[in-house]
Formats: sequence, C-alpha cells, structure tokens
Amino acid sequence: MLNAQSITCVRGDRLLFQDLSLQLNPGEACQIQGGNGVGKTTLLRILCGLSLPESGEVFWNAAPIREDPEKFQSDLIYIGHSNGIKLDLTPKENLAFALTLHSGTTDVSIDEALDRVGLSGSQHLLCRVLSAGQRRRVAIARLYLSRAPLWVLDEPLGTIDAAGVKAIENVIETHLGQGGMTVFTTHQPLHLKQAVIHTVQWSH
Amino acid sequence: MSGLSAALIALIRRDMRLFVRHPSDIAHPVMFFVIVVALFPFAVGSDPLLLRTIGPGVIWVGALLATLLSLDALFRSDFDDGTLEQMALSGHPLTVLVLGKVFVHWCATGLPLLVVTPLLAGLLGITGEVQLTLLGALALGTPTLSLVGAVGTALTVGIRRSGLLLTLLVLPLYVPVLIFGASVVLAAEAGLPTVGHFYILGAMMILALALAPLATSAALRISLN
Repeated sequence: MLNAQSITCVRGDRLLFQDLSLQLNPGEACQIQGGNGVGKTTLLRILCGLSLPESGEVFWNAAPIREDPEKFQSDLIYIGHSNGIKLDLTPKENLAFALTLHSGTTDVSIDEALDRVGLSGSQHLLCRVLSAGQRRRVAIARLYLSRAPLWVLDEPLGTIDAAGVKAIENVIETHLGQGGMTVFTTHQPLHLKQAVIHTVQWSH
Repeated sequence: MSGLSAALIALIRRDMRLFVRHPSDIAHPVMFFVIVVALFPFAVGSDPLLLRTIGPGVIWVGALLATLLSLDALFRSDFDDGTLEQMALSGHPLTVLVLGKVFVHWCATGLPLLVVTPLLAGLLGITGEVQLTLLGALALGTPTLSLVGAVGTALTVGIRRSGLLLTLLVLPLYVPVLIFGASVVLAAEAGLPTVGHFYILGAMMILALALAPLATSAALRISLN
C-alpha cells in the first residue's frame, strides 16, 4: 500500500503543490492529471524517493520510504521521462542489464518481453538506430519482466502508437489484477476496465 | 549480497562494452596526454639535461589534465539518458555502484596513460629506475585522481557547461597528488629514498577509496533531486 501524506513541494521560490495526499491500495491505479509544468513529474519523483518533498512523507506498507529505501526500491519499477536505456546497447543488452541491476526474477524471458512490445525483429540493433517510439517500447518491456508490486510510470504512452497503447493497457490491467499498483501520468486517455482509478487533481 | 555483486559486475561489463563500442572515448584523453608531453621538447628546446629535469613534472601535469578532461564523461551520459536514476532506484547501495563506475573510468583513462608513459618518459630521457618510480607514482596517483574527480563530477552533473566549475572544485584536491607524485621522481633522481613518498601517495589513494564513493553517491542524489 502506497500512502503519501500532505506532500508540499517547492521548486526554487515557486510553490508547485501543497498538502497533497493520496492513497493507493493493491489492485488500484492512480492517474495524476494536470497541465504541463504543474509538477506531475516532480510528484512521481517524490513518490519514488528520487526527490525530497519540502514537507510531508511517503509511506510504503506503513513505513516511511526514507527509512529503508532499499527495501522500498526492490518493490518499485520507475519508468521516467527519459527511457533509462543506453543508446549504444541493443534492446536485449539493455533489458538484461536492467534486470540484473534490479535483481529481478522473472517468469518471462527477455526475448519474450521484446516480442510482446513488438521489437522481436530489432533485438540485435543498437537502440541508437531505433525510432523514439521503439526506444520507449524497450523501456516499457521492463514491465513484462517485473514482479515489483508498485509501478510508477511517467508518460508511458508518449510516442507510442495505438497498438502499443492497447498492449500497455493490457499489461497494466494484468498487473492490477494480480494485486499490483500503478501510479501514472498521461495526456492520452488510458482505458483501464476493471481498475479502480483515483485521479489526483491539482488544487490550484 | 549476491544480488549486489551481480549488479556490480553487470554495471562494469556494461560500461566496458560501451567503451569498446566508442573507442574514441578512450583515445581522446590519451591523445591529449601524448600531444601535451610531445610538444614540450619543441617549446623548451632539445637540451637533454633540461628535458630530464622537467620531464616528470610535465608528465604529471599532462596526466592530471588528461584525467580532468575525461571526468565529465563519467556520469554525464548516464544522467542524460536516465540510467543514473535507475541505478539510484536499483535497491543497491549507490556507493558500491559508483565505485564500479570509477573503476571502469580508471581502466579506460588512467590505465592507457600508464601504458603510454614509458614511451613518453623515454622521449624525455627518463630511463631506468627513475622511469619505474614515475610509473609507480602514476599507478598510485591516477586512481586517486579518478576517485576525487568523481565527487566533483557528481556535484556538477546537473549543470550544463560545468567544465570550469568542475575544474575549480577538483583542482585544489589534485594539487597534493601532483606535489607528492612529482617529488617522488625528483627524489629518485637525486638518489634519495622514495618509500616515504610512496606511503603518502598510497595513503591518499586509500583515503580517497574510502571516502570518495560515499561523497560521490551523496552528491549524485543531490544532483538527481
């Protein structure tokens, strides 16, 4: 269970948001809505522990994430604005590294994950020669390899085509169906059928 | 623990592979080093005695500047493409991962400097035991330069065009290494015992090895915030 309590965030001398609270139970998804520049990415980074809030606290399973960040991080997959892939590695090498780095165990092989994001023909090309959408798919393929209960996704649909969006909807729904949790931002509509969706709106 | 060592080995292998795919990243600092040292005889004249006297200093300054030149690459690309935040969220101590990155950085920049040094030392007339002393001093000194440089790089990685700031931060910490690294060679030339200098260079390396990764990972977290 992810719980953020009265988070206030200040960047420079600008107040981005204050007293923002949200709670996410197993099987639930939370969409963070708001225009450009209101601080959606900053909020996601605070939820992962990459950025520190001005005040307030994020709890994972009732323990503050600052207390045991390593335990929390092993339950977390974060796909940020940047893909977190090396352009001079192939998709397969990137995923193998990501999997080892996060000490992940997986039921799905890397080839299978790449197949599911539609990159089975490109697995031995360097990511440098892939299109922006294909690079995003490499990052998304980590979701298929993950058993982490909490997914934090920053604009997962950016530059992905309609068929890809459908596939991402499916993988998130499966994840929620298994008791997982997802926090995401998006500007394109993401249709999740069974999921309970919280929507965080900004007070200002 | 096995998860951590697997992650560390994977990181080292990944960075090595990236260097192999971009050999120019290795060649650039070494070429700079070779050019700086090779230009000196043209500028100061070919008097063998003079070259032998200033040689160790020239080689040390060249190695220091070449290391400085290569520092920005240490975290820049990982920061830009988001793999650094993945490392920070990997569930492993960032301190250990940082040590792996610095190790690869030294293998790709410090080690090639050591390899070409006998050639350049020969060019300047530094031979025999003095040359060995110079190599030993560089072998102990360049890891310290990489480790200390990593702290400065981690602090400035979030800033565009941070080269000057990085230099100002790191250079004062490089000066002690330069002083002891160059003076050990002077002592060897004068036939004095050099063991004390080596102990100090070794102590500086161990101190950097113990403290720099902690400072680097803390600085990286600040840069990511």
